[in-house]
Amino acid sequence: MSRIGWIRLAVLAALVALLETLVRTGIIPYKTMLPPSEMLTALVRLLAAGTATRDIVQTLTCVGAALVSSVVAGFGLGVAIHRFPRVRRALEPFFATYYAVPFFIFYPVLIAIFDLSLLPIILMGFAFAVIAMCIATINGLDRVPRVLGKVARMHRMREFETALRMKLPAAAPHLFTGLKLCVAYSFIGVIASEFILAPSGLGHAIAYAYNDFDNRTMYALMLFVMIVVVTLNMLLHGWEQRLLKRWHGR
Amino acid sequence: MNAGASGNGGGRAAAELHAELGGVTRVYPAVAGYRPVHALGPVDLDLRRGEFFSVVGPSGCGKSTLLEVLAGLQPPSEGKVSFEGKPVHGQVPEGVGVVFQEDASFPWLSVWDNAAFGLRRAGVDSAEIERRVGDALAFMGLKDFQRAYPAQLSGGMRQRVCIARTLVLQPRLILLDEPFGALDAQTRLLMGDEVLRLWRRTGATILLITHALDEAAMLSDRVGVMSARPGRFLDLVETKWPKERDSTIVSEAGFGEVTARLWHHLRGESLKALGQSGAAAAGGRAEA
Ligand SMILES: Nc1ncnc2c1ncn2[C@@H]1O[C@H](COP(=O)(O)OP(=O)(O)O)[C@@H](O)[C@H]1O
Ligand SMILES: [Mg+2]
Repeated sequence: MSRIGWIRLAVLAALVALLETLVRTGIIPYKTMLPPSEMLTALVRLLAAGTATRDIVQTLTCVGAALVSSVVAGFGLGVAIHRFPRVRRALEPFFATYYAVPFFIFYPVLIAIFDLSLLPIILMGFAFAVIAMCIATINGLDRVPRVLGKVARMHRMREFETALRMKLPAAAPHLFTGLKLCVAYSFIGVIASEFILAPSGLGHAIAYAYNDFDNRTMYALMLFVMIVVVTLNMLLHGWEQRLLKRWHGR
Repeated sequence: MNAGASGNGGGRAAAELHAELGGVTRVYPAVAGYRPVHALGPVDLDLRRGEFFSVVGPSGCGKSTLLEVLAGLQPPSEGKVSFEGKPVHGQVPEGVGVVFQEDASFPWLSVWDNAAFGLRRAGVDSAEIERRVGDALAFMGLKDFQRAYPAQLSGGMRQRVCIARTLVLQPRLILLDEPFGALDAQTRLLMGDEVLRLWRRTGATILLITHALDEAAMLSDRVGVMSARPGRFLDLVETKWPKERDSTIVSEAGFGEVTARLWHHLRGESLKALGQSGAAAAGGRAEA
């Protein structure tokens, strides 16, 4: 690991240690928060007992569905909008204000339409993520050198193939930004929806434990979500770095 | 006004016509807030099969436009374009390879994969791809870099990757748009030798666009001199070089004559392109 990597790890360890001492010495009341070490043991026990497995599988499935659909649809939408500058200009104000709307007010509407199933949850994750991908795609396509379009035409490539074999890889560094946002937004959309109203899922389980004064389960599940999200982001980051290194030499 | 290739008689009856522009103009249509731009023509051009033809002209005179119209990448506003007897219409014909002015290498692919791009798409079998790509990379001096990515290469080498990518498709007409524009003069002369080698080996017709007089004079069988925008042909200079030639030709007496004749036309046009029209051009008679 690099020197900077070690410093980063040291900072993280110091913060965890600080929290541990604050709780153990009673400065933060035990009722409010578990010491990190106990969060971890609680999580291990929870996973071993298998009581949360169903919620975990459900949530990850929803996040996966929201993520894949928002990335594919966002890219397709971005390519389509980029092709028609007028449509793009017409839509620009919507994009600019999209994330100013507090989405979750629409969740009850979705439940009313689709009942209390997984679909409204996935749709919330999708709606939250898709426009981020779309915007990232449009920005990426803006930066694809025009000459590549000419190369595509020299090879007599059709539009679909040009999008897939030329525009997609050429815009890849920018698409990564969209992908990372989609991961974050899918998790937020899905877990927050479960939090509000759902028969099961991680968000529901955390809310349930909270209402039940079950700190141990609550913190264990929170830690789990944190670990999953951070790991996923680190993997994406590593992939992105490798790609960028190849693109820009070193 | 337009000297045109058609004014060029001697020994042409034997030469086979390969590609042709007839009365071609190109006007870029007006876009929001800008007036239409009359970039090219009218121009006539007869490319003979297997010849090395260069186009020189001041920057912005419509050289790239001419190339793209000939390649079928842009429609002419007026006039006809044909390749091997068939009209060129909205599509780059099979058998035409283009190397663009800008760096068009794919940064996400290795040198090898860049060169293999067109063949893989065409579904050529892997042994044949192996052979042709290996061959093209060796020919362009990229054998040692086949695993490298474009970002690790110099601008000149990236341009060679693009040439290799076009070469593997075995085009019968190769259009090169200022491929060495970014290189220093000495390296350009050496790259010129490579283009001559390529020309002799492939037997293809080459249209090279350049703004460098010496490059045009040294490489070509014929040189078309273009006016300032809208570009038209002012003169067609036949060099009569032997087929086996290289950059050492620059020291021959004939070379000076050719360059002088090119400069005679271009001096005035370049001044016009600089915005100093009329008088300066008339006063600038070269020795020829
Ligand atoms: N897509 C375009 N739209 C409008 N004008 C253009 C476009 N492309 C080129 N031009 C203009 O046409 C003229 C000729 O351009 P070009 O063919 O690229 O010249 P050259 O290659 O000789 O430098 C220039 O004045 C340029 O600004
Ligand atoms: Mg040009």
